[in-house]
Amino acid sequence: MKVKALTGTGAGAEAMRQINPDVVPAYPITPQTAIMQKFSTFVADGIVDTELIRVESEHSAMSCAVGASAAGARVMTATASAGLALMWEIVGVASGLRLPIIMAVVNRALSAPINIHCDHSDAMGARDLGWIQIYSESAQEVYENMLIATRLAEKKLLPVMVCQDGFITSHGVENVEIFDDDKIKNFVGEHKYPHALLDIKKPVTHGPLQLQDYYFETRSQQIPVMEESINDYLKIGEELSKITGREYKLFDKYNMDDADVVIVTMNSTAGTTKTAINRLRSEGKKVGLLKLRLFRPFPYKEVAEALKNVKQIIVLDRSVSFGANPPLLGEVKNALFDVKYEGLLHSGVFGLGGRNIFIEDIEDLFNKALDGKLEKSFYVGLRE
Amino acid sequence: MNYKQLAEKMRNQQKFVPGHRSCSGCGFPQIVRSVLAATDKPVVASCATGCLEVTSTIYPFTSWNIPFIHSAFENSAATISGVESAFQALHKKGKVKEDIKFVAFGGDGGTYDIGFQSLSGALERGHDFLYVCYDNNAYMNTGIQRSSATPYGASTTTAPAGKVHQGKEEFRKDLAKVCVAHNIPYVAQASVSNLMDLTAKAEKAFSIKGPKFLLVLQPCTLGWKYPPAKTIELAKLAVETKFWPLYEVENGKYKLTYKPSKDVPVIDYLKAQGRFKHLLKPENKEIVDKIQARVDSEWAKLLKLCEE
Repeated sequence: MKVKALTGTGAGAEAMRQINPDVVPAYPITPQTAIMQKFSTFVADGIVDTELIRVESEHSAMSCAVGASAAGARVMTATASAGLALMWEIVGVASGLRLPIIMAVVNRALSAPINIHCDHSDAMGARDLGWIQIYSESAQEVYENMLIATRLAEKKLLPVMVCQDGFITSHGVENVEIFDDDKIKNFVGEHKYPHALLDIKKPVTHGPLQLQDYYFETRSQQIPVMEESINDYLKIGEELSKITGREYKLFDKYNMDDADVVIVTMNSTAGTTKTAINRLRSEGKKVGLLKLRLFRPFPYKEVAEALKNVKQIIVLDRSVSFGANPPLLGEVKNALFDVKYEGLLHSGVFGLGGRNIFIEDIEDLFNKALDGKLEKSFYVGLRE
Repeated sequence: MNYKQLAEKMRNQQKFVPGHRSCSGCGFPQIVRSVLAATDKPVVASCATGCLEVTSTIYPFTSWNIPFIHSAFENSAATISGVESAFQALHKKGKVKEDIKFVAFGGDGGTYDIGFQSLSGALERGHDFLYVCYDNNAYMNTGIQRSSATPYGASTTTAPAGKVHQGKEEFRKDLAKVCVAHNIPYVAQASVSNLMDLTAKAEKAFSIKGPKFLLVLQPCTLGWKYPPAKTIELAKLAVETKFWPLYEVENGKYKLTYKPSKDVPVIDYLKAQGRFKHLLKPENKEIVDKIQARVDSEWAKLLKLCEE
C-alpha cells in the first residue's frame, strides 16, 4: 500500500489504472476531464492497454460504451453535468440491455444558467434510469467505490455510477491509500460477459423491438436484480474490507447511537457535517450523521430502521425536484412511512451551483433544531 | 461473378434470414443480404432504429443470424465503434481469435440527420468498419417525414404539396461527398437495382482496412407511392436518369461504376411516383426544370471528378 497525494479525479484515474478496462470511451467535460486526462497519460505510457476512444460527444461516449460492453469488454467512462444529460437516452439503454458499464460521475450543476460547480442535479436526473448509484465523501472513497462498482456491475449485469462532488472532491488534494496493484487486480478479477457480440458462434440479437406483448416482462426483470444488488454490494464490500481494513455499508452512521438530531446527506458535505458534529459533541450536544453511500438501489428498510427513533432528522439535499420533494428527502420520507415515524423531519436544500456550505452553517442547523427552532423546510446559504 | 453466382451466394448466406416483416416490395432485405453475402468472414452488425430494425427484430424473433445490436436511432456508428474497439482490445489480449468484420446499418434519417455526428465521429476516428445507409429519402418508419435525404420537390407528410408549397423546397444533402471529405479509404454510392455493383462494392469495402461508407438507394412503396412490384424498376430509373449515379471513391479517386448509355429525362423517374405527382401540373414545370438542371450539373461535376 502506498499513500499518494491525489485529487478525487486522480483517485478515480488510479482505480481505472489498476482495473485496466478493455475499452474507455470518453469526452471532456469540466470537472470530469481530469480523470480522462490522467487516464490518457496511462494509455500514452503503456501503463494500461485500454482502447481509449476519444469520442465526439457524450452521447457517443455512452453509445460506444454500450457497443463495447455488449461486445464483451470491460468498459468504463466518466462524465458530469451536461455530459450526463446529453447521454441520458443511452444511459437508459445501457441498463435496459443489462450492460455492466462503470461510470465516474463528477457531480456538477445542470444548465441554465450555465455553472461548472457542484450540485447533484446531474446524477439525480438520472436516478430512475436503472443504474446503481454510489456516492463518495472523499477521494479515498472514490477510489474504493470504483473498485466495488466494477465487481458489482459485472456480478449483476447492471451499470454503476460512482459519484463525487465536482471541484470539492474532484480537485481537492487528499492523502489516498492506494493498495497494491496485484491485490486489486485479483479483487476485480476477469470480466466474463455471457452474451458477447464477439462470441460469433453464439449470435445474439441485442436490443430487439418489444411491444405490448413482451416489454413489460423484460422491464420488470430489472427490478428484482436491482433490489438484490444491495446484498451483493455488501458482500463485495466485505471482500474489499479484507484488503483495505475499512467498512463498506449502505450508509455510515456517525455518532448516531444516542443522537437527538441527525443530518442525512451524501458526498463531501458528510465530511463537513462530521466536523460540525465533533465541535458540538465537545459541547455535549447529541447530534449525528447518516451518510448515505448507496442511493440506488435505495436501502429503505435499513434507513428506516436507523432513523425511526431519532427525534429530529434534517435531510440536506444538494439538488431540487421542481414542484416536488427534493430527491433525498423524498426517499427518506418513503422509508419512514413504513415505520410510522413520529419525530420531526426537516428539509434543507443547499449548495446549488457550488454555493459553499460551511461547518458553521451545519452547526447552526443542529443548534436551531436542538432549540426547537428549525423550520420544516429551508435553504442553506441562499441570499435573501 | 455473374448473376447466377450472385443469386447462389445470396441464397446461401445465412446471416440475414427470412421471417422479417418488411413491406412487400421493400428494397432493404436485398441490400442487407447482398452486403452480408459479400464477405466470408464472420460479421457483427449494429443497426439504427428504423424500418430495418423494427421489422427484423420483433421479439421473440430475429432475422439476424449473426451477432447484432440495436441501441438507438442516432448512434449506429458510435455503437459499432464501441464493438470494434472491444474487438481490438480483446484481440490484442488473445481473448478473441477470429478475424471479424463490422457493419453498421442505418436509414437516411438515422444517417444524414440525427446520426450524422455519430457517423462523422466514427469515420474520423478511423474504426475498421463499413457503414451502410439504406436511403429511402425520408423518415419512412415514422410515416414519411422529410429528411435531409428527401429530394427537392417530393411531397412528404411534414413537407406536403399544398396550395402554397410544393413539397420539399431544398435539395438533398450529398452525403456520399460529405463522407469523401472525411478522407476515408472507401466511399461508394449504389442502388438496389444493381446487386452486382452493390455486392462488388461491399466486397471491396470489406477488403479495405479502416472506415468505409456505402450509400444505397432503396425505393419505398409507401413513401414514394408506387406499386410494390416496381421497386427495382424505379431504382433502375433513378440510375438511368442520372438522378442517382453509381460510383465509388477509393482513396480519394472517383470512378463511375456504371454509365447510362442514353439520356433519359428525370421526368420519367418523377412521374412514376406519387410523391412527385403534383410536379406534373403545368404550373410546376419550373420545378421539374430545376430538378433536371440540378441533375445535369451534378452529373457534369461527377464526370469531371471521375475524369470521364
